[in-house]
Amino acid sequence: MSLLSAQGLTKEFNGLMAVEDVTLEIPEGQVRALIGPNGAGKTTLVGMLSGRTAPSAGTVIFDDRDVTAWPAHKRIAAGMGYTFQITSIFSNLSVWENVALAARRTVSGRSDVENAVNSSLERVGLIDHRSEEAGDLSYGHQRLLEIAMGLAQAPKLLILDEPTQGLADGEVAAFNQLILELAGTTTVLLIEHNMDVVMQVSDFVTVLDAGKILFEGIPDDVKANVAVQAAYLGGGHAAA
Amino acid sequence: MSGDMRKSLLLHGGVLVALFTLQFVLPAYHHGNLARIMVLASYAAGYNLLFGYTGLLSLGHALFFAAGLYGMGLAMSQFGAGTGLALGGGVFLGALIGGLVAVLALRTEGVAFMIVTLMFAQAGYLTILYFGAYTRGDEGFVIAQADRVFLGQDLSDPRNRYFFAFTICCVSFVMCLSVVKSQFGKVLVAIRENEERARMLGYDVAKYKLVAVVLSATLSALSGAAYGLLFGYVGASFASVQYSIFPLLWVLLGGAGTVLGPLVGTAFMFYLIDLSSGLTTAYMLIAGVVLVCLTLFAPQGLLGELRRRFWRWLP
Repeated sequence: MSLLSAQGLTKEFNGLMAVEDVTLEIPEGQVRALIGPNGAGKTTLVGMLSGRTAPSAGTVIFDDRDVTAWPAHKRIAAGMGYTFQITSIFSNLSVWENVALAARRTVSGRSDVENAVNSSLERVGLIDHRSEEAGDLSYGHQRLLEIAMGLAQAPKLLILDEPTQGLADGEVAAFNQLILELAGTTTVLLIEHNMDVVMQVSDFVTVLDAGKILFEGIPDDVKANVAVQAAYLGGGHAAA
Repeated sequence: MSGDMRKSLLLHGGVLVALFTLQFVLPAYHHGNLARIMVLASYAAGYNLLFGYTGLLSLGHALFFAAGLYGMGLAMSQFGAGTGLALGGGVFLGALIGGLVAVLALRTEGVAFMIVTLMFAQAGYLTILYFGAYTRGDEGFVIAQADRVFLGQDLSDPRNRYFFAFTICCVSFVMCLSVVKSQFGKVLVAIRENEERARMLGYDVAKYKLVAVVLSATLSALSGAAYGLLFGYVGASFASVQYSIFPLLWVLLGGAGTVLGPLVGTAFMFYLIDLSSGLTTAYMLIAGVVLVCLTLFAPQGLLGELRRRFWRWLP
């Protein structure tokens, strides 16, 4: 059964088709990667799924409900977790409070919030930074904080927009581990540029090019597909 | 109870105890001033809920202050309401107007929000002048001494007046502290810090802002109604743009987003003008220079600076 299903999603900006007639089915428990070259419309597509961008046409069904007309906050409250491509945190608040704000919407009671926050921070390895001001964290740590805020909401669908951008190699490995742990319990939609991450963690890959779906398949098929290589991967990278 | 919370309770409780005690030692002149400051500080505290904690800069709060003032005064002069009812009526009118303004003004943000709130306040001011037959326009009207008796206490008596002002001040303290400590208050701060992020955490930002405006308007109206009652005068000057700018100044000086800031800022500004006008007729020059210096060297206000340097836990 699909947790998220999009039919005929289209976004037009003044005559420019950013996303054109995209149909997408994400079954429950799947880790789906969304890849494609810069400007392929990945962030626009995810914006329409999460409610940040209003579609020009098409419908979005989430958890058996038509959410097309819902504002973003209502979709999030219904169980979508969203992390920003450009880090968007509460810089002047502590790391702990950042995650607590994410947790408190779904969890109530002081000790439950505390547990949810601490476990999210532990999972991304930021627990030792809990009382620091979020703006003082390094860039990579801010990315991890974004992910922790996503985890703390215990979403049904976790949307990660380029989560590993700017992470060090060790942190990327830890991130892969984290997603593998989530797999099965949380459905994940991952926009990712790092092909190693895509190959390691995703169950299924959607390739977007010029606003349209170019190819869909399991990671190995994507690797082997000639059209994808031409559009995106480049010969050398695909072989790696 | 966490250590920070204990410190915060001690500090704010201590300030209230000091305010309570001061009435027994202050000479009559300062005694009257402090009563005035406490009521105006509650107005500033109401403003601070919106500006300091939610990050919405309104230039029209005089509308809410005047709604309380006129709601109370007109209820007495036109409908013969008793003191308690009139006070309640003023607060209710403030909350109602707050709700109406919020629904319309919150469709805008940033500079547009400032302008829209300013325009609403001007419309309110002109409405008061227009209905001069009831409001007596610029001239205003006096609340008869017989109407200034609340719970058997004559509020024109300085001691009672001080005590009532102190009570209003306590109400505003408790209200602000409980908002700031609540989950609701934490979401307001989140909206101030990063509205888009708060929305994408699933919070209905529009609803939170609406409630913040209504709360802020209600506390401002309470302060306006109390002011009219305590000092016996209701006039259109309290609805003028000047009274929208005052709370902004007081809050900026005292420290936006701190519970004590409004009180400190109001007292500071009050005595700055009071003392400098004793020295020279060009007192606004002195006040201006001091304000410029404060903005330069303590941009987060007096309490904001204290928090930055020493008291990180200050709510």
